[in-house]
Amino acid sequence: MGAPRRSSRRSSASGPGGARPRLAVWKFASCDGCQLTLLDCEEELLSVAARVEIAYFLEASSAPGPGPYDLSLVEGSITTPDDLERIRHVRRVSRRLVTIGACATAGGIQALRDFADVREFLSVVYARPDYIATLDRSTPISAHVPVDFELRGCPIDRRQLLEVVSAFLAGRRPVVPPNSVCVECKARGNACVMVAHGTPCLGPVTQAGCGALCPAFNRGCYGCFGPMESPNVRALNRQLRELGMSTPELVRVYRTFNAAEEPFRQAAEDADPELLDHETAPEKAPEKAPGKAPGEDRGGRR
Amino acid sequence: METVVIRSLEPLIAELRARGFAVVAPTTRDKVIRMGEIASESELPRGCGDEQEPGRYRLREGDDEMLFGFAASPDSAKRYTQPPSRTLFRMRGESIEEPEAEVPRVALLGVRACDLAALAVQDRVFLGGRHPDPDYRRRREALFLVAVNCAVPGGTCFCVSMGTGPKATAGYDLALTELAGPHRFVAEPGSACGAEILGALPRVPAANADLDAAEEVSRTAAEHMGRRVDTEGIKERVAGAHDSPRWQQVASRCLTCANCTMVCPTCFCTTVEDSTDLTEGAAERIERWDSCFTLGFTEVGGAPVRGSGAARYRQWLTHKFSTWFDQFGTSGCVGCGRCITWCPVGIDVTEELANLP
Repeated sequence: MGAPRRSSRRSSASGPGGARPRLAVWKFASCDGCQLTLLDCEEELLSVAARVEIAYFLEASSAPGPGPYDLSLVEGSITTPDDLERIRHVRRVSRRLVTIGACATAGGIQALRDFADVREFLSVVYARPDYIATLDRSTPISAHVPVDFELRGCPIDRRQLLEVVSAFLAGRRPVVPPNSVCVECKARGNACVMVAHGTPCLGPVTQAGCGALCPAFNRGCYGCFGPMESPNVRALNRQLRELGMSTPELVRVYRTFNAAEEPFRQAAEDADPELLDHETAPEKAPEKAPGKAPGEDRGGRR
Repeated sequence: METVVIRSLEPLIAELRARGFAVVAPTTRDKVIRMGEIASESELPRGCGDEQEPGRYRLREGDDEMLFGFAASPDSAKRYTQPPSRTLFRMRGESIEEPEAEVPRVALLGVRACDLAALAVQDRVFLGGRHPDPDYRRRREALFLVAVNCAVPGGTCFCVSMGTGPKATAGYDLALTELAGPHRFVAEPGSACGAEILGALPRVPAANADLDAAEEVSRTAAEHMGRRVDTEGIKERVAGAHDSPRWQQVASRCLTCANCTMVCPTCFCTTVEDSTDLTEGAAERIERWDSCFTLGFTEVGGAPVRGSGAARYRQWLTHKFSTWFDQFGTSGCVGCGRCITWCPVGIDVTEELANLP
């Protein structure tokens, strides 16, 4: 979360005049599941409310407090011209901006539009397409404004959200390891579903954070937390084929919540090189805006 | 005390439990043989076997009476000597509390020769240097080790190559060899505590035929290793392969997922994580398993020293088979084969060693 100031314990977290830091929660194109995670904190929610002033959180309170805010949690992706304006406003009124969930960090499931022609969808889905103002692509917040930290997941993990908020209050960098799901899967004592059952699993190329939830229930990992720090998708694809996955199945497992994350995009294209030929918008994702979070500076990411 | 024959493990389990040990032994869970606490012999995986090959494990359910007819499980003793995470200290304001974790007394029943060798390696790592780890020592001293000599090595086993098995020769409290027709165990004490417990069990002296049969089990097992490694000059050979193109080749397959290091019974690397909770002024430092395959492991000044998969695989293999000797005076590999079986893409360390120049 940037370089913490060291003059006093709460320096980086306090609002003006030493009041409680003010928290805002914003929504863009999303299902609300990630901001609900904050309400799901239940036991810890009162502690959160004691340490921060929840100033703007429409999911929880219809009384929006005015800005500026010390910490903004931003859910959702940018999909409309209006979003483009609004995210700039959010950035302006936020001292720290943390994006939460796959929509905000990667464009979400709705980034599947990136691989097709959105105008075709409009003509098929809406009676009056001319009423719809939408962008061709669904993009992460960091493609538009500087982001202080990106918290992955679909949805995000409750403990990790509390860690990020606690880290913000203490003025330190959040501990959110970008290694594979396998690390927490083994620590948890799960049987490896891939080795022991032959179940296809994205765990080896997916970032930890969920606590290896699906393998704990004998399911393969779905990749909700997006690519891990140094994903070798080609090697995994070869093994997934050995386990019986077909080309369309391989494409489908990567084309979910984090489809637009570059390593997963490449994984789908590695599985089916013809995707490059028949998709309408295969161009590379826009460069992320400068000033991204320290947690995003991962030397191994391709 | 003499070597004896016991007909059932029930009295042993009962005796250990009566002495306050949690008896942790092989059980089947999620179609894998795992170490778990048991209260009775009936919870052992009777008749079960396993098929192990690179990247593949299958449990085979049979109908014989054997209780230990399988090779190493993904769980080694490491989970009990060095748990996946532990709290180092908690602080609140100026006060610091170092919680002394409650260390349960654990009897590990069914420890293999490779696991005993791994414990000896861990002992050197944690207790041998100038800064012995008191937490490790407490956990280690709370263990009672019942070794079982391997009868059916797995397809990825190579303890014979590493000189660590298949027969347990040291480091146990009791060593058992399971025999069929009739089903019985040859039991040999390896410590005063082991002898005392054995002395409290119903038993008969071992006849020569029993001892011969037990020897035959280990001899046959030694002939059925699934893998082998040529250890001649291995320390120098691996060190000399620093610039081999082979590392790039294995890196094209390596997922850098860290599974190999997690299941390795001697991999000991950890990281520390500091956390603050929502209470003002409260903080905690934990230690948890880490791996030389994560980028954070070598992060210095915000960037990893070993960024490529090739560099990370080379580091792991070189440490195990070469620099471990420099550091601890022993090999870091005990030949259990876990890293081969539990690699999701089946990278075979014995094959990689054979392919080095």
